[in-house]
Amino acid sequence: MLIQLPALAVILPLLSAPLCLFLRRSLLAWLFTVIASGLTMLVSITLLQQVMASGTIVYEMGGWSAPWGIEYRIDKLNAYVLLIVSSISTVVLLAAHTSIEKEIPQDRHTLFYVLYLLSLAGLIGVVITGDAFNVFVFLEISSLAAYSLIALGEDRRALWAAYQYLIMGTIGATFILIGIGLMYQMTGTLNMDDLSRRLPEVAQTRTVFAAYAFIIVGVCLKVALFPLHRWLPNAYAYAPSVVTAVLAATSTKVAVYLLIRFTFSIFGISFSFTTVPLQTIFVILGLLGIFAASTTAIFQKNVKHLFAYSSVAQIGYMIVGFSIGTTTGLMATLLHLFNHALMKSALFLALGAVMYRIGSAQLSQFQGLGRQMPFTMAAIVAGGLSLIGVPLTVGFVSKWYLVLAALENGWWPVAVLVLLGSLLALVYVWRIVEAAYFNEPPAGRGAVEEAPLGFLIPVWVLVTANIYFGMDTRLSVQVAQAAAQSLFGVSP
Amino acid sequence: MRDLFAVVMMLGIFGLLSASFFVVMDAVDVAFTEASVGAGISTLLMLTAVTLTGRLEDGERHRPMWALVVVFITGGLLIYGTLDMPYFGSADAPIHQHVAPRYIHDSMQETGLPNIVTSVLASYRGFDTFGEVVVIFTAGMGVLALLTMGSRTGIHRVMADSIFYLMHEQHLILRILTKILIPFILLFALYVQFHGDFGPGGGFQAGVIFAAAIILYAMVFGLSTARRVINRTFFKLLSAIGVLLYGGVGVVSLLNGGNFLDYNVLADDPVAGQHLGILLIEFGVGCTVASVMVIIFFNFSGRREFP
Amino acid sequence: MILGLYNYWVVVVLMMIGLYIVIAHGNLIKKIVGLTIFQTAVFIFYISMAKVDGATAPVLAEGISQYSNPLPHVLILTAIVVGIATVALGLALAVRINEAYGSIEEESIQNQDNQEC
Repeated sequence: MLIQLPALAVILPLLSAPLCLFLRRSLLAWLFTVIASGLTMLVSITLLQQVMASGTIVYEMGGWSAPWGIEYRIDKLNAYVLLIVSSISTVVLLAAHTSIEKEIPQDRHTLFYVLYLLSLAGLIGVVITGDAFNVFVFLEISSLAAYSLIALGEDRRALWAAYQYLIMGTIGATFILIGIGLMYQMTGTLNMDDLSRRLPEVAQTRTVFAAYAFIIVGVCLKVALFPLHRWLPNAYAYAPSVVTAVLAATSTKVAVYLLIRFTFSIFGISFSFTTVPLQTIFVILGLLGIFAASTTAIFQKNVKHLFAYSSVAQIGYMIVGFSIGTTTGLMATLLHLFNHALMKSALFLALGAVMYRIGSAQLSQFQGLGRQMPFTMAAIVAGGLSLIGVPLTVGFVSKWYLVLAALENGWWPVAVLVLLGSLLALVYVWRIVEAAYFNEPPAGRGAVEEAPLGFLIPVWVLVTANIYFGMDTRLSVQVAQAAAQSLFGVSP
Repeated sequence: MRDLFAVVMMLGIFGLLSASFFVVMDAVDVAFTEASVGAGISTLLMLTAVTLTGRLEDGERHRPMWALVVVFITGGLLIYGTLDMPYFGSADAPIHQHVAPRYIHDSMQETGLPNIVTSVLASYRGFDTFGEVVVIFTAGMGVLALLTMGSRTGIHRVMADSIFYLMHEQHLILRILTKILIPFILLFALYVQFHGDFGPGGGFQAGVIFAAAIILYAMVFGLSTARRVINRTFFKLLSAIGVLLYGGVGVVSLLNGGNFLDYNVLADDPVAGQHLGILLIEFGVGCTVASVMVIIFFNFSGRREFP
Repeated sequence: MILGLYNYWVVVVLMMIGLYIVIAHGNLIKKIVGLTIFQTAVFIFYISMAKVDGATAPVLAEGISQYSNPLPHVLILTAIVVGIATVALGLALAVRINEAYGSIEEESIQNQDNQEC
């Protein structure tokens, strides 16, 4: 059964989704979804262990060998991302039952879980596959599920946000489709491994250049890289809380993974960093993204909007790390992938708890919450500290490696700018702390209770992970380093 | 054009034209699908949406300059990219040299089907097709989540019935014709379903045709009558069953010691196994596609009935 | 040279018409129409690649040795299905937006949102 694990990682959530439709009771559907997601997490843990111990795993779908059939190729990079996606999804799901009770009408609960599983299955399918066209198909599964999930938000603006996301996402996906077509035209293959071997021969052609450009722009739309981020803030702000937490932590991360996969594995480092002026463009866009989005975040009145803009800024850090073009830089990006997923899922889930109690995420409503919801607010503060990059949190670890990579390369202005960006984060986190702890509750609001355990447990699991992985960096650093080295072709 | 009805009809014609272009380009299966989707289902859905949202466009075009810049950059890049492409129709292009020859030469021995497109679709790249079914399933669930309305009161239903009865009283010829036609459409759907191994066709096209028959019935006899014949929950579950059937074939091949979706292990003889596997998964595709199309149509037009 | 790539250029023009409609028009249904045109043009692009001069449709038959490439056909079959799925969902959203805002014009929706904030 062990050799079938790669297939199981995808078909577990994929087949659970239609099965879940048969469950009418909300509680049953929730339990079922938690179990399916939890099993997927176990499978990814085992896969990561196997890959770390014995190298890349190849699995042929339908028994047809690549490049004729579709193959799954699991190396350190995607085993690592798989673990991030499936574990965050499982922990966030723990809060789902409590959260959607207030946010989504009763008769749509089952559909919510079905769509949630489909979105998870799509993301895992994108990460695990070794076939370029298969990426497109699974990307669309996860995207369609995500649009529907966002549209389930209570506010009517959720519909408009979902529509905008649908248009942008579909343009992005079609760009990727064009890019894949152009690549296929020049090489005759869709298999990633095969592509990486056949592309260098035709690397100088204009067609391959165009293919690369289309794929990168398409993926960047999904990544929400500045200035293609405009769909993101509203989508995050108006989606149901659980959906925001899981999307913020997983879907942009998967898109960043695709960026890394296409740049490093398929087109190759020499093409991406010498033939194309990618490095300069990405460093500039990344830094612009950090500053523009962080500054916008400072002026937001809605805390969900604030953290959404902060997500755009954090994506900037990932892009900067990756465009430095060294092992340490890539390692910083990979670490930030994991760390940012931990922070943002904790933060958005804690916001969900606030929404649950006071029904709003406006900053003005946060006044005095520090005393009324001490555990929830403490979690937000811890997440915020991590976002700034205070030592002993995960945020510090990835920023540390990012600055290190910039300095190693002699890019000290970049290092300074990255640190300045953290100061902006300090400002927007401080605004929440100020409102929650140094202001009296607004008159007219009745007593507010602490959030129910359904929220507190998953939130604090995530916060604890934030601190644990900030102190004990062995696991994440070791895996990220191994993955980065393997992408640069260095044998560890 | 400000009249959205005209825009949608033009789009339907565009779909039909591209379908005929696909025939010229030897892609008969694709043409079949494009004709039923581009000129059929998608036009129908758009028309329903237009009747729900208003026929005339009244907004101003905005940011036309900005849009033009984006379009020119993208288009320029694409033209630039085409410059090094192999010429149209040339047989020595890389795509005809690598990977594809095996499908053309060996698919007969390996899967036993003369239609290469079906054998690649259902077997070599069967996992993509599984993904495709799940995409359709996802869309169905998404539409359900967006458009389902709470249970309505009985009075409404009676009223709607009588309105429909009055409306359709006159169209006697249409009704008789429809009654005669529907069995043939259903038969044709079944033919397409099971003939896909030999000629163009397969689960997807069959599903669309099957759905078309039901939609035709609903259009002529009214939604409420159609709803009495067709149970919504049934279709919801049928769409799930289609996905499960497809996935189930994969799981059975796992249990029989093969990889996921490896049909060779389904029977003693690999080719017989391929046959069985492809038959079953095509049936799964048909179920899901037909039921999702019906779900989507019913939910769209259900909105119109009770504004 | 011009004849050899002519087909692709027509496709590019079609794609760009679709993309222009998506970006420049404010009507939500029209945007989806644009998206459909854009995607259909990409389908035509794929199918054009598959064509081999003098070959026939990839259904095996006696006495024919040259077939067009079946793989792009398979990919596009999948892509068409993905396309209709997206269109259905997009239209469903447009219908709901119309119910919630009373309009399907981008500007009017944006204005209503700005007033609320």
